[in-house]
Amino acid sequence: MLYTILCYHEEDVVWSWSEEQEAAVMARLAEVQAPLIASGKMGPSLRLLPTTTATTLRKTKDAPLVIDGPFAETKEQLLGFYVVDVADLEEALAIARQLAGANPGGAYELRPVALYNADARADPAP
Amino acid sequence: MTTDPAWIENAIVGARPRAVGALLRYFRDLDLAEEAFQEACLRALRLWPEKGPPRDPAAWLIMVGRNAALDVLRRKSRDVALPDEAAISDLDDVETPLAERLDESRFQDDVLRLMFTCCRPELMAVQQVVLALRVVAGLTVAQIARAFLVSETAMEQRITRAKRQIAVMGIPFETPDDTARAERLAAVAAMIYLVFNEGYSAADGAYRARLCDDAIRLGRLLQRLFPAEPEVMGLTALMLLQHARHAARFDDAGEIILLEDQDRGRWNRKLIAEGLALTEKALRHRAPGPYQIQAAIAALHDKAATPADTDWGQIDLLYGVLERLQPSPVVTLNRAVAVSKSRGPEAALAMVEGLGDSLAGYFHFHGVRGGLLWQLGRRLQARAAFGKAMALANTAAEASHIRAHLDRLKAEAEAAGETG
Repeated sequence: MLYTILCYHEEDVVWSWSEEQEAAVMARLAEVQAPLIASGKMGPSLRLLPTTTATTLRKTKDAPLVIDGPFAETKEQLLGFYVVDVADLEEALAIARQLAGANPGGAYELRPVALYNADARADPAP
Repeated sequence: MTTDPAWIENAIVGARPRAVGALLRYFRDLDLAEEAFQEACLRALRLWPEKGPPRDPAAWLIMVGRNAALDVLRRKSRDVALPDEAAISDLDDVETPLAERLDESRFQDDVLRLMFTCCRPELMAVQQVVLALRVVAGLTVAQIARAFLVSETAMEQRITRAKRQIAVMGIPFETPDDTARAERLAAVAAMIYLVFNEGYSAADGAYRARLCDDAIRLGRLLQRLFPAEPEVMGLTALMLLQHARHAARFDDAGEIILLEDQDRGRWNRKLIAEGLALTEKALRHRAPGPYQIQAAIAALHDKAATPADTDWGQIDLLYGVLERLQPSPVVTLNRAVAVSKSRGPEAALAMVEGLGDSLAGYFHFHGVRGGLLWQLGRRLQARAAFGKAMALANTAAEASHIRAHLDRLKAEAEAAGETG
Protein backbone atom coordinates (compact mmCIF):
# COMPACT_ATOMS: atom_id res chain seq x y z
CA MET A 1 0.00 0.00 0.00
CA LEU A 2 1.37 3.39 -0.93
CA TYR A 3 0.58 6.38 1.25
CA THR A 4 1.31 10.03 0.70
CA ILE A 5 1.97 12.19 3.71
CA LEU A 6 0.95 15.74 2.88
CA CYS A 7 2.72 18.44 4.86
CA TYR A 8 0.75 21.42 6.21
CA HIS A 9 2.19 24.24 8.27
CA GLU A 10 2.09 28.03 8.49
CA GLU A 11 4.26 29.25 5.68
CA ASP A 12 4.80 32.65 7.32
CA VAL A 13 6.60 30.84 10.08
CA VAL A 14 8.42 28.20 8.05
CA TRP A 15 9.73 30.67 5.49
CA SER A 16 10.93 32.97 8.27
CA TRP A 17 13.19 30.30 9.73
CA SER A 18 16.78 31.45 10.09
CA GLU A 19 19.42 29.39 8.32
CA GLU A 20 20.28 27.75 11.66
CA GLN A 21 16.65 26.88 12.42
CA GLU A 22 16.22 25.53 8.91
CA ALA A 23 19.38 23.43 9.15
CA ALA A 24 18.32 22.04 12.53
CA VAL A 25 14.91 20.94 11.23
CA MET A 26 16.39 19.41 8.09
CA ALA A 27 18.97 17.52 10.16
CA ARG A 28 16.26 16.13 12.45
CA LEU A 29 14.19 15.07 9.44
CA ALA A 30 17.20 13.47 7.73
CA GLU A 31 17.76 11.39 10.85
CA VAL A 32 14.23 10.05 10.69
CA GLN A 33 14.37 9.53 6.93
CA ALA A 34 17.70 7.62 6.77
CA PRO A 35 16.43 4.26 8.12
CA LEU A 36 13.22 4.61 6.09
CA ILE A 37 15.26 5.07 2.92
CA ALA A 38 17.52 2.14 3.88
CA SER A 39 14.55 -0.15 4.46
CA GLY A 40 12.99 0.82 1.13
CA LYS A 41 9.95 2.50 2.66
CA MET A 42 10.67 6.02 1.47
CA GLY A 43 9.45 7.05 -1.96
CA PRO A 44 10.01 10.46 -3.55
CA SER A 45 9.57 13.52 -1.37
CA LEU A 46 9.53 17.16 -2.19
CA ARG A 47 9.26 20.60 -0.72
CA LEU A 48 7.26 23.32 -2.43
CA LEU A 49 8.14 26.98 -2.86
CA PRO A 50 5.82 29.38 -0.98
CA THR A 51 2.23 29.89 -2.15
CA THR A 52 3.22 33.34 -3.45
CA THR A 53 4.80 31.50 -6.40
CA ALA A 54 1.62 29.56 -7.15
CA THR A 55 -0.65 29.92 -10.18
CA THR A 56 -4.09 28.32 -10.29
CA LEU A 57 -5.84 26.98 -13.36
CA ARG A 58 -9.61 26.89 -12.89
CA LYS A 59 -10.94 24.03 -15.00
CA THR A 60 -13.92 25.98 -16.29
CA LYS A 61 -15.98 24.70 -19.20
CA ASP A 62 -14.53 26.90 -21.92
CA ALA A 63 -10.93 28.05 -21.83
CA PRO A 64 -9.55 27.32 -18.36
CA LEU A 65 -9.06 30.45 -16.28
CA VAL A 66 -5.53 31.23 -15.05
CA ILE A 67 -5.46 32.97 -11.66
CA ASP A 68 -2.49 34.24 -9.66
CA GLY A 69 -2.07 32.70 -6.25
CA PRO A 70 -2.72 29.35 -4.60
CA PHE A 71 -5.91 27.30 -4.74
CA ALA A 72 -7.94 28.79 -1.93
CA GLU A 73 -11.39 27.16 -2.05
CA THR A 74 -12.42 24.83 0.72
CA LYS A 75 -15.25 23.09 -1.13
CA GLU A 76 -12.95 20.92 -3.23
CA GLN A 77 -10.59 18.36 -1.74
CA LEU A 78 -7.04 17.43 -2.68
CA LEU A 79 -7.33 14.28 -4.80
CA GLY A 80 -3.87 13.80 -6.24
CA PHE A 81 -0.91 15.45 -7.87
CA TYR A 82 1.52 15.33 -10.80
CA VAL A 83 5.19 16.22 -10.92
CA VAL A 84 6.18 17.52 -14.37
CA ASP A 85 9.66 18.42 -15.59
CA VAL A 86 9.25 21.55 -17.72
CA ALA A 87 11.21 24.58 -18.92
CA ASP A 88 8.91 27.21 -17.43
CA LEU A 89 5.48 28.10 -16.08
CA GLU A 90 4.13 28.45 -19.63
CA GLU A 91 4.94 24.80 -20.42
CA ALA A 92 3.51 23.63 -17.10
CA LEU A 93 0.31 25.55 -17.86
CA ALA A 94 0.12 23.95 -21.32
CA ILE A 95 0.24 20.49 -19.75
CA ALA A 96 -2.31 21.48 -17.13
CA ARG A 97 -4.63 22.71 -19.90
CA GLN A 98 -4.36 19.35 -21.69
CA LEU A 99 -5.12 17.51 -18.47
CA ALA A 100 -8.02 19.86 -17.79
CA GLY A 101 -9.44 19.07 -21.21
CA ALA A 102 -9.45 15.38 -20.37
CA ASN A 103 -10.92 15.89 -16.92
CA PRO A 104 -12.91 19.12 -16.53
CA GLY A 105 -14.11 20.57 -13.20
CA GLY A 106 -12.14 21.60 -10.15
CA ALA A 107 -8.76 23.26 -10.40
CA TYR A 108 -5.05 22.65 -10.68
CA GLU A 109 -2.61 24.61 -8.55
CA LEU A 110 0.81 24.90 -10.18
CA ARG A 111 3.56 25.37 -7.66
CA PRO A 112 7.31 25.21 -8.32
CA VAL A 113 9.28 22.63 -6.35
CA ALA A 114 12.02 23.89 -4.03
CA LEU A 115 13.62 20.58 -3.17
CA TYR A 116 13.14 17.18 -4.80
CA ASN A 117 14.34 13.83 -3.50
CA ALA A 118 13.88 11.20 -6.18
CA ASP A 119 12.58 7.73 -5.37
CA ALA A 120 15.42 5.91 -3.56
CA ARG A 121 13.70 2.53 -3.57
CA ALA A 122 15.37 -0.23 -5.61
CA ASP A 123 12.11 -1.42 -7.11
CA PRO A 124 9.58 1.38 -6.82
CA ALA A 125 6.16 -0.21 -6.46
CA PRO A 126 3.25 1.51 -8.19
CA MET B 1 7.32 21.81 18.38
CA THR B 2 4.29 23.98 19.01
CA THR B 3 5.58 25.30 22.32
CA ASP B 4 9.03 26.01 20.92
CA PRO B 5 9.84 29.64 21.87
CA ALA B 6 11.41 30.21 18.44
CA TRP B 7 8.12 29.13 16.83
CA ILE B 8 6.18 31.57 19.01
CA GLU B 9 8.55 34.37 18.16
CA ASN B 10 8.25 33.69 14.42
CA ALA B 11 4.47 33.45 14.68
CA ILE B 12 4.28 36.79 16.49
CA VAL B 13 6.61 38.51 14.03
CA GLY B 14 4.63 37.05 11.13
CA ALA B 15 1.29 38.17 12.57
CA ARG B 16 2.47 41.64 13.49
CA PRO B 17 1.62 43.66 10.35
CA ARG B 18 -1.92 42.27 10.16
CA ALA B 19 -2.52 42.57 13.90
CA VAL B 20 -1.14 46.10 14.31
CA GLY B 21 -2.90 47.09 11.09
CA ALA B 22 -6.26 45.91 12.45
CA LEU B 23 -5.65 47.51 15.86
CA LEU B 24 -4.79 50.77 14.13
CA ARG B 25 -8.18 50.61 12.40
CA TYR B 26 -9.96 50.05 15.75
CA PHE B 27 -8.17 52.73 17.73
CA ARG B 28 -7.06 55.19 15.05
CA ASP B 29 -3.95 55.85 17.09
CA LEU B 30 -0.60 54.33 16.21
CA ASP B 31 0.86 54.38 19.73
CA LEU B 32 -2.24 52.82 21.23
CA ALA B 33 -2.29 50.14 18.50
CA GLU B 34 1.34 49.29 19.18
CA GLU B 35 0.78 49.18 22.94
CA ALA B 36 -2.24 46.94 22.48
CA PHE B 37 -0.21 44.58 20.31
CA GLN B 38 2.61 44.60 22.84
CA GLU B 39 0.21 43.65 25.61
CA ALA B 40 -1.22 40.85 23.48
CA CYS B 41 2.29 39.54 22.81
CA LEU B 42 3.10 39.45 26.51
CA ARG B 43 -0.03 37.37 27.10
CA ALA B 44 0.83 35.14 24.15
CA LEU B 45 4.29 34.47 25.56
CA ARG B 46 2.65 33.53 28.85
CA LEU B 47 -0.24 31.45 27.51
CA TRP B 48 0.89 29.82 24.27
CA PRO B 49 3.68 27.68 25.75
CA GLU B 50 1.16 26.00 28.10
CA LYS B 51 -1.96 25.89 25.98
CA GLY B 52 -0.34 25.60 22.57
CA PRO B 53 -0.61 28.27 19.90
CA PRO B 54 -4.02 29.34 18.61
CA ARG B 55 -5.21 28.30 15.16
CA ASP B 56 -4.92 31.83 13.85
CA PRO B 57 -2.25 33.76 15.78
CA ALA B 58 -3.08 37.10 14.12
CA ALA B 59 -6.77 36.85 15.04
CA TRP B 60 -5.87 35.91 18.61
CA LEU B 61 -3.46 38.82 18.97
CA ILE B 62 -6.00 41.29 17.54
CA MET B 63 -8.78 40.12 19.88
CA VAL B 64 -6.63 40.06 23.01
CA GLY B 65 -4.86 43.31 22.10
CA ARG B 66 -8.13 45.08 21.47
CA ASN B 67 -9.64 44.00 24.78
CA ALA B 68 -6.50 44.96 26.68
CA ALA B 69 -6.43 48.42 25.11
CA LEU B 70 -10.13 48.92 25.81
CA ASP B 71 -9.46 48.16 29.48
CA VAL B 72 -6.77 50.82 29.53
CA LEU B 73 -9.09 53.33 27.88
CA ARG B 74 -11.87 52.54 30.36
CA ARG B 75 -9.54 52.91 33.33
CA LYS B 76 -8.30 56.23 32.00
CA SER B 77 -11.83 57.45 31.41
CA ARG B 78 -12.49 57.42 35.18
CA ASP B 79 -10.00 60.25 35.67
CA VAL B 80 -10.12 61.84 32.26
CA ALA B 81 -13.04 62.53 29.99
CA LEU B 82 -14.77 59.57 28.36
CA PRO B 83 -13.11 58.45 25.12
CA ASP B 84 -14.75 59.68 22.00
CA GLU B 85 -16.93 56.75 20.92
CA ALA B 86 -16.54 57.75 17.29
CA ALA B 87 -12.79 57.37 17.62
CA ILE B 88 -13.16 53.69 18.43
CA SER B 89 -14.69 52.08 15.40
CA ASP B 90 -16.19 48.62 15.03
CA LEU B 91 -17.41 48.37 18.60
CA ASP B 92 -20.95 47.70 17.48
CA ASP B 93 -20.09 44.37 15.92
CA VAL B 94 -18.35 42.71 18.85
CA GLU B 95 -20.77 39.81 18.59
CA THR B 96 -20.13 38.95 14.96
CA PRO B 97 -17.80 36.00 14.61
CA LEU B 98 -14.20 37.08 14.59
CA ALA B 99 -13.43 35.24 11.39
CA GLU B 100 -16.00 37.27 9.49
CA ARG B 101 -14.30 40.51 10.38
CA LEU B 102 -10.84 39.23 9.60
CA ASP B 103 -11.36 38.36 5.98
CA GLU B 104 -8.45 38.93 3.65
CA SER B 105 -9.91 41.98 1.95
CA ARG B 106 -9.90 43.81 5.25
CA PHE B 107 -6.38 42.69 6.05
CA GLN B 108 -5.43 44.01 2.65
CA ASP B 109 -6.41 47.57 3.48
CA ASP B 110 -5.29 47.28 7.13
CA VAL B 111 -1.77 46.22 6.26
CA LEU B 112 -1.56 48.62 3.35
CA ARG B 113 -2.68 51.49 5.61
CA LEU B 114 -0.15 50.54 8.27
CA MET B 115 2.65 50.35 5.72
CA PHE B 116 1.53 53.50 3.95
CA THR B 117 1.51 55.36 7.26
CA CYS B 118 5.25 54.73 7.42
CA CYS B 119 6.05 55.93 3.92
CA ARG B 120 4.16 59.18 3.53
CA PRO B 121 6.05 61.27 0.98
CA GLU B 122 6.51 63.98 3.60
CA LEU B 123 8.88 61.67 5.50
CA MET B 124 12.54 61.43 4.54
CA ALA B 125 13.67 58.10 3.08
CA VAL B 126 15.64 57.10 6.16
CA GLN B 127 12.66 57.96 8.39
CA GLN B 128 10.48 55.72 6.25
CA VAL B 129 12.90 52.84 6.60
CA VAL B 130 13.29 53.24 10.34
CA LEU B 131 9.53 53.54 10.91
CA ALA B 132 8.77 50.52 8.73
CA LEU B 133 11.31 48.44 10.62
CA ARG B 134 9.87 49.49 13.97
CA VAL B 135 6.14 49.61 13.26
CA VAL B 136 5.63 47.02 10.50
CA ALA B 137 8.51 44.58 10.80
CA GLY B 138 8.52 44.86 14.61
CA LEU B 139 12.27 45.22 15.17
CA THR B 140 13.17 46.62 18.59
CA VAL B 141 14.64 50.12 18.85
CA ALA B 142 17.91 48.48 19.98
CA GLN B 143 18.00 46.28 16.86
CA ILE B 144 17.38 49.24 14.54
CA ALA B 145 19.95 51.37 16.38
CA ARG B 146 22.51 48.60 15.90
CA ALA B 147 21.70 48.36 12.19
CA PHE B 148 22.18 52.11 11.73
CA LEU B 149 25.21 52.34 14.04
CA VAL B 150 23.66 54.95 16.31
CA SER B 151 22.85 54.91 20.02
CA GLU B 152 19.50 53.59 21.20
CA THR B 153 18.59 57.00 22.60
CA ALA B 154 19.29 58.67 19.27
CA MET B 155 17.20 56.09 17.42
CA GLU B 156 14.38 56.37 19.95
CA GLN B 157 14.31 60.14 19.37
CA ARG B 158 14.35 59.71 15.60
CA ILE B 159 11.38 57.33 15.77
CA THR B 160 9.46 59.54 18.18
CA ARG B 161 9.98 62.55 15.90
CA ALA B 162 8.78 60.64 12.84
CA LYS B 163 5.71 59.41 14.72
CA ARG B 164 4.91 62.94 15.81
CA GLN B 165 5.01 63.99 12.15
CA ILE B 166 2.61 61.18 11.29
CA ALA B 167 0.25 62.25 14.06
CA VAL B 168 0.22 65.78 12.63
CA MET B 169 -0.39 64.55 9.07
CA GLY B 170 -3.13 62.19 10.22
CA ILE B 171 -3.65 58.60 9.16
CA PRO B 172 -5.92 57.99 6.16
CA PHE B 173 -8.79 55.81 7.38
CA GLU B 174 -11.18 56.05 4.48
CA THR B 175 -11.26 52.89 2.35
CA PRO B 176 -9.11 53.74 -0.67
CA ASP B 177 -10.57 53.63 -4.16
CA ASP B 178 -8.65 51.77 -6.88
CA THR B 179 -6.47 54.75 -7.82
CA ALA B 180 -5.62 55.58 -4.21
CA ARG B 181 -4.93 51.91 -3.52
CA ALA B 182 -2.57 51.69 -6.51
CA GLU B 183 -0.76 54.84 -5.34
CA ARG B 184 -0.39 53.48 -1.83
CA LEU B 185 0.82 50.18 -3.17
CA ALA B 186 3.50 51.92 -5.25
CA ALA B 187 4.65 54.00 -2.26
CA VAL B 188 4.76 50.91 -0.05
CA ALA B 189 6.70 48.92 -2.64
CA ALA B 190 9.26 51.72 -2.86
CA MET B 191 9.55 51.79 0.93
CA ILE B 192 10.11 48.03 1.11
CA TYR B 193 12.82 48.32 -1.53
CA LEU B 194 14.45 51.11 0.51
CA VAL B 195 14.56 48.77 3.52
CA PHE B 196 16.09 46.10 1.30
CA ASN B 197 18.76 48.44 -0.02
CA GLU B 198 19.74 49.49 3.49
CA GLY B 199 20.61 45.85 4.11
CA TYR B 200 22.00 45.13 0.66
CA SER B 201 25.00 47.43 0.96
CA ALA B 202 26.04 45.89 4.28
CA ALA B 203 28.76 43.22 4.44
CA ASP B 204 27.81 39.61 5.10
CA GLY B 205 27.38 38.96 8.79
CA ALA B 206 26.87 42.66 9.46
CA TYR B 207 23.80 43.33 11.52
CA ARG B 208 22.31 45.50 8.81
CA ALA B 209 22.34 42.64 6.32
CA ARG B 210 19.34 41.16 8.15
CA LEU B 211 17.22 44.03 6.90
CA CYS B 212 17.15 42.20 3.54
CA ASP B 213 15.30 39.30 5.18
CA ASP B 214 12.84 41.72 6.76
CA ALA B 215 12.23 43.42 3.42
CA ILE B 216 11.66 40.06 1.70
CA ARG B 217 9.23 39.06 4.43
CA LEU B 218 7.27 42.28 3.86
CA GLY B 219 7.38 41.70 0.11
CA ARG B 220 5.94 38.20 0.45
CA LEU B 221 3.24 39.52 2.78
CA LEU B 222 2.30 42.27 0.34
CA GLN B 223 2.14 39.73 -2.45
CA ARG B 224 -0.09 37.40 -0.51
CA LEU B 225 -2.49 40.30 0.05
CA PHE B 226 -2.28 41.47 -3.57
CA PRO B 227 -1.70 38.21 -5.45
CA ALA B 228 -2.38 39.56 -8.94
CA GLU B 229 -0.16 42.67 -8.98
CA PRO B 230 2.76 42.03 -11.35
CA GLU B 231 4.89 44.83 -9.89
CA VAL B 232 4.53 43.38 -6.38
CA MET B 233 5.66 40.01 -7.76
CA GLY B 234 8.51 41.84 -9.51
CA LEU B 235 9.59 43.58 -6.32
CA THR B 236 9.68 40.36 -4.30
CA ALA B 237 11.45 38.56 -7.15
CA LEU B 238 14.03 41.34 -7.46
CA MET B 239 14.85 41.20 -3.76
CA LEU B 240 15.07 37.39 -3.75
CA LEU B 241 17.29 37.26 -6.84
CA GLN B 242 19.68 39.89 -5.45
CA HIS B 243 19.71 38.55 -1.92
CA ALA B 244 20.48 35.05 -3.25
CA ARG B 245 24.00 36.28 -4.05
CA HIS B 246 24.56 37.69 -0.58
CA ALA B 247 26.98 35.09 0.80
CA ALA B 248 29.19 35.47 -2.29
CA ARG B 249 29.25 39.27 -2.39
CA PHE B 250 31.88 39.88 0.30
CA ASP B 251 35.17 38.23 1.16
CA ASP B 252 36.32 37.36 4.68
CA ALA B 253 37.67 40.87 5.16
CA GLY B 254 34.27 42.33 4.24
CA GLU B 255 35.45 43.58 0.84
CA ILE B 256 33.10 43.59 -2.16
CA ILE B 257 33.47 40.75 -4.65
CA LEU B 258 32.19 41.77 -8.08
CA LEU B 259 29.54 39.67 -9.76
CA GLU B 260 31.99 38.20 -12.27
CA ASP B 261 34.39 37.13 -9.52
CA GLN B 262 31.80 35.60 -7.18
CA ASP B 263 31.78 31.92 -6.25
CA ARG B 264 28.45 31.01 -7.84
CA GLY B 265 28.33 27.84 -5.76
CA ARG B 266 27.60 30.07 -2.78
CA TRP B 267 24.52 31.58 -4.35
CA ASN B 268 21.33 30.52 -2.61
CA ARG B 269 19.53 28.24 -5.08
CA LYS B 270 16.28 28.19 -3.13
CA LEU B 271 15.96 31.98 -3.23
CA ILE B 272 16.87 31.97 -6.92
CA ALA B 273 14.20 29.34 -7.69
CA GLU B 274 11.57 31.40 -5.87
CA GLY B 275 12.70 34.60 -7.60
CA LEU B 276 12.66 33.03 -11.05
CA ALA B 277 9.18 31.58 -10.48
CA LEU B 278 7.87 34.99 -9.44
CA THR B 279 9.54 36.78 -12.36
CA GLU B 280 7.91 34.37 -14.80
CA LYS B 281 4.55 34.77 -13.16
CA ALA B 282 4.84 38.55 -13.31
CA LEU B 283 5.95 38.74 -16.94
CA ARG B 284 2.97 36.62 -18.04
CA HIS B 285 0.79 39.65 -17.29
CA ARG B 286 2.47 41.60 -20.10
CA ALA B 287 2.32 44.73 -17.97
CA PRO B 288 6.02 45.45 -17.48
CA GLY B 289 7.14 47.79 -14.72
CA PRO B 290 10.49 48.82 -13.28
CA TYR B 291 10.62 46.12 -10.59
CA GLN B 292 9.76 43.37 -13.07
CA ILE B 293 12.40 44.52 -15.55
CA GLN B 294 15.04 44.76 -12.84
CA ALA B 295 14.02 41.30 -11.63
CA ALA B 296 14.34 39.96 -15.19
CA ILE B 297 17.86 41.44 -15.36
CA ALA B 298 18.81 39.92 -12.01
CA ALA B 299 17.32 36.62 -13.22
CA LEU B 300 19.62 36.59 -16.26
CA HIS B 301 22.63 37.05 -13.98
CA ASP B 302 21.44 34.34 -11.60
CA LYS B 303 20.76 31.89 -14.42
CA ALA B 304 24.29 32.16 -15.85
CA ALA B 305 26.42 29.23 -14.65
CA THR B 306 29.61 31.23 -15.33
CA PRO B 307 30.12 34.95 -16.06
CA ALA B 308 30.83 34.06 -19.70
CA ASP B 309 27.32 32.52 -19.96
CA THR B 310 25.67 35.84 -19.10
CA ASP B 311 23.26 37.01 -21.79
CA TRP B 312 24.56 40.61 -21.93
CA GLY B 313 22.70 41.38 -25.15
CA GLN B 314 19.38 40.59 -23.44
CA ILE B 315 20.41 42.57 -20.37
CA ASP B 316 21.23 45.54 -22.62
CA LEU B 317 17.74 45.29 -24.15
CA LEU B 318 16.07 45.08 -20.74
CA TYR B 319 17.96 48.16 -19.52
CA GLY B 320 16.71 49.85 -22.70
CA VAL B 321 13.12 49.05 -21.62
CA LEU B 322 13.89 50.28 -18.11
CA GLU B 323 15.28 53.54 -19.53
CA ARG B 324 11.96 54.12 -21.27
CA LEU B 325 9.84 53.18 -18.22
CA GLN B 326 11.92 55.05 -15.71
CA PRO B 327 14.46 57.36 -17.38
CA SER B 328 17.38 57.95 -15.04
CA PRO B 329 21.12 58.48 -15.49
CA VAL B 330 21.77 55.62 -13.06
CA VAL B 331 19.83 53.23 -15.32
CA THR B 332 21.85 54.43 -18.32
CA LEU B 333 25.03 53.88 -16.32
CA ASN B 334 23.97 50.30 -15.62
CA ARG B 335 23.08 49.84 -19.25
CA ALA B 336 26.58 51.02 -20.18
CA VAL B 337 28.05 48.18 -18.10
CA ALA B 338 25.99 45.67 -20.11
CA VAL B 339 26.98 47.44 -23.33
CA SER B 340 30.67 47.19 -22.42
CA LYS B 341 30.24 43.41 -22.30
CA SER B 342 28.10 43.01 -25.41
CA ARG B 343 29.44 45.78 -27.66
CA GLY B 344 32.75 46.72 -26.05
CA PRO B 345 34.17 49.45 -23.79
CA GLU B 346 34.24 52.16 -26.46
CA ALA B 347 30.46 52.14 -27.04
CA ALA B 348 29.94 51.98 -23.27
CA LEU B 349 32.23 54.93 -22.58
CA ALA B 350 30.37 57.03 -25.14
CA MET B 351 27.15 56.36 -23.17
CA VAL B 352 28.80 57.12 -19.86
CA GLU B 353 30.42 60.39 -20.93
CA GLY B 354 27.00 61.94 -21.45
CA LEU B 355 26.14 61.38 -17.80
CA GLY B 356 28.91 63.48 -16.26
CA ASP B 357 26.68 66.44 -15.44
CA SER B 358 24.02 64.54 -13.54
CA LEU B 359 26.23 61.92 -11.90
CA ALA B 360 29.33 63.97 -10.99
CA GLY B 361 28.70 63.25 -7.30
CA TYR B 362 27.93 59.55 -7.73
CA PHE B 363 30.46 56.95 -6.61
CA HIS B 364 29.52 54.30 -9.18
CA PHE B 365 29.69 56.74 -12.10
CA HIS B 366 33.39 57.37 -11.48
CA GLY B 367 34.01 53.71 -10.69
CA VAL B 368 32.42 52.48 -13.94
CA ARG B 369 34.03 55.27 -15.98
CA GLY B 370 37.43 54.47 -14.48
CA GLY B 371 36.98 50.80 -15.32
CA LEU B 372 36.08 51.56 -18.95
CA LEU B 373 39.01 53.96 -19.39
CA TRP B 374 41.28 51.32 -17.92
CA GLN B 375 39.97 48.70 -20.36
CA LEU B 376 40.75 51.14 -23.20
CA GLY B 377 44.31 51.54 -21.90
CA ARG B 378 43.78 55.18 -20.85
CA ARG B 379 45.45 54.65 -17.50
CA LEU B 380 46.03 58.25 -16.43
CA GLN B 381 42.39 59.18 -16.98
CA ALA B 382 41.33 55.95 -15.30
CA ARG B 383 43.36 56.85 -12.27
CA ALA B 384 41.79 60.30 -12.06
CA ALA B 385 38.31 58.74 -12.29
CA PHE B 386 39.08 56.20 -9.57
CA GLY B 387 40.44 59.04 -7.44
CA LYS B 388 37.08 60.78 -7.67
CA ALA B 389 35.27 57.52 -6.88
CA MET B 390 37.50 57.03 -3.85
CA ALA B 391 36.51 60.43 -2.47
CA LEU B 392 32.82 59.59 -2.94
CA ALA B 393 32.84 56.04 -1.48
CA ASN B 394 29.91 55.42 0.86
CA THR B 395 31.31 52.44 2.74
CA ALA B 396 34.72 51.16 3.75
CA ALA B 397 34.19 48.20 1.42
CA GLU B 398 33.61 50.50 -1.56
CA ALA B 399 36.69 52.55 -0.73
CA SER B 400 38.97 49.57 -0.38
CA HIS B 401 37.63 48.11 -3.63
CA ILE B 402 38.67 51.27 -5.50
CA ARG B 403 41.95 51.34 -3.58
CA ALA B 404 42.71 47.85 -4.96
CA HIS B 405 42.04 49.11 -8.51
CA LEU B 406 44.35 52.06 -7.98
CA ASP B 407 47.10 49.81 -6.68
CA ARG B 408 46.82 47.51 -9.68
CA LEU B 409 46.78 50.49 -12.05
CA LYS B 410 49.90 51.86 -10.42
CA ALA B 411 51.66 48.51 -10.72
CA GLU B 412 50.67 48.30 -14.39
CA ALA B 413 51.87 51.84 -15.05
CA GLU B 414 55.22 51.13 -13.38
CA ALA B 415 55.63 47.93 -15.36
CA ALA B 416 54.96 49.92 -18.53
CA GLY B 417 57.52 52.50 -17.48
CA GLU B 418 54.98 55.31 -17.13
CA THR B 419 55.44 57.91 -14.42
CA GLY B 420 53.18 60.29 -12.58
